[in-house]
Amino acid sequence: MSERACHCDEFSRASLLRRAAAEAGSGLPPIEPGMPLPAGTGLHRRAFLARSAGVALAVYGASKLGLNALDEGIANAAAAPAQPVLVSIFLPGGADSLSVLYPTGDPNYRKLRPKLALEEAAGPVFTEDDRLHWHPSLAPLATLHGEGKVAVAPAIGYTHPDQSHFTSRHFWEVGATEANLRTGWLGRYLDAVGTADNPLQGLSLDDTLQPPLASTKVPVAALAGADDYSFWAPGVWGDVENRMLQAIGSLGKRPSRPDPTLRRAAAVTSQADTLRRQLVPFATLGEKPNFGSTVTYPQTDSDFPKRLAGLAAMLAAGLPLRCIALNAPGEYDTHANQADDLASGLKVTAESILAFQRDLEARGVAARVVTLVWSEFGRRAAENGSAGTDHGAGGSAFLIGSRVRGQLIGEFPGLGGSGLDRDGNLVTTADFRAVYSSLLEQWLGVEAERVIPNARSFGRPALIS
Amino acid sequence: MRAPDIPWVSELPTYRGPFTREQAERLLWRAGFGPRKGEAEKLAKLGVRRAVTSLTRPDTTRLVGPAPKDEKGRRLAPLDAWGHDGLWWLDRMVRTRAPLVERMALVWHDWFATSNDGVGSPRLMLRQNRLFRERGLGSFRRLLLEITCDPAMLLWLSGSDNNRWSPNENYARELMELFTLGHGHGYTEEDVRQQARALTGFRNDWSRSSGPIRFRYDPKYHDGGVKRVFGKRGRFTWRDSCRLCLEHPAHPAFFVTKLWGYFVPVEPARPTRRALEHLYVSSGYNVRSVVEAILRHPALYLGPRMVKPPAVLIAGTLRALGRGIDTTAWTWLSGLCGQQLFYPPNVAGWDDDRWLDTATFRARWQTAGYALRPFNLSTKNQRPRNPDALVASAHRFVGRPTLTPGTDAALKRFAKAALSDANASWKRDQYPSLIENALRQLIVSSPDYQTC
Repeated sequence: MSERACHCDEFSRASLLRRAAAEAGSGLPPIEPGMPLPAGTGLHRRAFLARSAGVALAVYGASKLGLNALDEGIANAAAAPAQPVLVSIFLPGGADSLSVLYPTGDPNYRKLRPKLALEEAAGPVFTEDDRLHWHPSLAPLATLHGEGKVAVAPAIGYTHPDQSHFTSRHFWEVGATEANLRTGWLGRYLDAVGTADNPLQGLSLDDTLQPPLASTKVPVAALAGADDYSFWAPGVWGDVENRMLQAIGSLGKRPSRPDPTLRRAAAVTSQADTLRRQLVPFATLGEKPNFGSTVTYPQTDSDFPKRLAGLAAMLAAGLPLRCIALNAPGEYDTHANQADDLASGLKVTAESILAFQRDLEARGVAARVVTLVWSEFGRRAAENGSAGTDHGAGGSAFLIGSRVRGQLIGEFPGLGGSGLDRDGNLVTTADFRAVYSSLLEQWLGVEAERVIPNARSFGRPALIS
Repeated sequence: MRAPDIPWVSELPTYRGPFTREQAERLLWRAGFGPRKGEAEKLAKLGVRRAVTSLTRPDTTRLVGPAPKDEKGRRLAPLDAWGHDGLWWLDRMVRTRAPLVERMALVWHDWFATSNDGVGSPRLMLRQNRLFRERGLGSFRRLLLEITCDPAMLLWLSGSDNNRWSPNENYARELMELFTLGHGHGYTEEDVRQQARALTGFRNDWSRSSGPIRFRYDPKYHDGGVKRVFGKRGRFTWRDSCRLCLEHPAHPAFFVTKLWGYFVPVEPARPTRRALEHLYVSSGYNVRSVVEAILRHPALYLGPRMVKPPAVLIAGTLRALGRGIDTTAWTWLSGLCGQQLFYPPNVAGWDDDRWLDTATFRARWQTAGYALRPFNLSTKNQRPRNPDALVASAHRFVGRPTLTPGTDAALKRFAKAALSDANASWKRDQYPSLIENALRQLIVSSPDYQTC
């Protein structure tokens, strides 16, 4: 395991506990007084093999339905007209908005960031506001921005910002500044428009449920990877490997076994063989996933590029997905040694997103997909004594996609005068609930009032062209 | 306590059929982690009675074989590194010469299923594990008393949150439902509440650096009032609480049936169960006596097979191959197979009926590959170009597990077909090695090998 000293103890402990809470849903000690429970806590989880989709899923919230019903539901939904797709990518820990787009043209930048300030020429200039430059690792996003496919919110958040990872992330996940809300904003959208028998409509590309997808009426699913059903053996290849794979089936197909346990084991062997054959299109060959991508995704230890590549393949194959949520790679709670950690996390994230967009374009499905990238807050404008930054307020978010209107969402408030609040944090110039409301109405085609509490009190930035 | 009114009690049958390598192999998988090379043959020579006693009364608990390490050759850090706790135990399963002692620890880990997910302290989990190892074949009364005040258990089931001012029913309920009586067997919701009162008095402190510390019984935290449990009245304490469960008429049947289920997959017939109950009670709640009777019983040798739990499968495969713990991969592989040691899914433990599905089948396939990888035959090896000889060689290499005729035939058909693909001289040279590697993989992934 890699050890990172940068993030605060509270963050790692909170992550662990959130994970456990979302799975078990009971009896965990609070991290902080009044800590909200993650959306989806306590949802019953069942393992399920979607034969029509060819994937092994953990399904949440479908306790009344038989598993065959879910299979049929997925098949029916796949036959229906394609729906708009929203992908939510979370940068965990509070990504530093003043590095993501660094205000090298602001006179206060170097005073506030004597050690961490990036060189003016290090990253590409942000063409909509020349005070700002893209972090060098985000050059792939600058490329997409140049093509008009990225909308940037340089200082997004909400009034009275909460600097707890746990609480602030919860607000973003549930789409409201309400600690007690237990459903995710995308889960409520799916409750409004989804079907009772298609768990793929809300898909966590993770081994546990992503809280934004927590629903109450319709089932949603979690999937660690679409490619993970290959059978490989050491020291076996070529013709012999093909024969070996065929032999798995024959081990499972011995009809005359007197022993009931052996019969069951043989039946599972036979089912696994059938499934393997069905999943050949998604199979991993050695270490390289075979998703039929014509573009190259970054080669890294992280699952993130592989998950996006699998997602592109699933969308192109016509699987009935609507909302997908996953975490970006990297650690963004950069209390110390920020420069390296931030650069490496952002690099894999941005390169993977560019590859994903190119993949969608090559497969002819880019017009159906919008990706939202967000973090729970930004970081303090002034750096701390450990070459890092502490929790702040205004953060950055991106919308990416061929149909996205590539223009600023709110402006960069600057680092002088009214740009910083009393605590020295960047003020917000856009509310995340306004972005959610616009996405719901302009992209997903549902009235925001049905999903976001008090939606009419927020503006509606134009996000989709 | 059950009145000794059963006339035919002490006659528990002993298996009298042939005790060959095959029966010895099953016994070693059920009561341990499978045979090392040659071990089944040796055990078969003892006959069933002495074979069982050699397991229940081992003369050494010494570990044999190389010390465990991670892939970089570093020592395990079970208290600090994630997943090393399970590896530490897996190593004991692989190297032990007293396999039933480790297997009983696994039984108790499932019976009193405590997860580090709720405890958050590998130190306390390993302490509980030591209890299971040291007390696992002794008196169940003593084990029950010790697990009731075990720190990991006190944290896991809120035992040290249970005090006279705010009783917590968590432990009281599971004590009866899962540990001693069984759901709906002779206790009421009021008994749960009253037992919770009896169990008050444990507490611990919290230290910023070490977490939970100073577990102790504090009479000031105990509810000293009169309780009414199972219709009896008294100023019961936690010791009484355990005693009342043990003396409950439903306990012996629950105990022997549950214990039997770890070794034999079909329920004991009624006379067998009653004889086991009598043995259990008359021996003073002695676990070893009951285990010996179960391991000698004809049902173990004549009844259907059982699916090997993942930890047993992994440890057993490494034993058969003569390989120690030299990678941390077993942590995630075991998890994918559905069993991460020290992390049972809930207080009811693992569900032994659900080890095999398409996802865990693939995990078992991967596990086989990881276990076999260091022993890969390279294509430079000269191997026989005869399908039957290749099957025999691969079979011998993985410890000669008993295979059904159907599996044996499928393996030979595969070898024959794969050899016939060799239509060039380099293929005729190289394919036999590949085929033997594939045969090892297929044997260790076969339905026969998943069960015992």
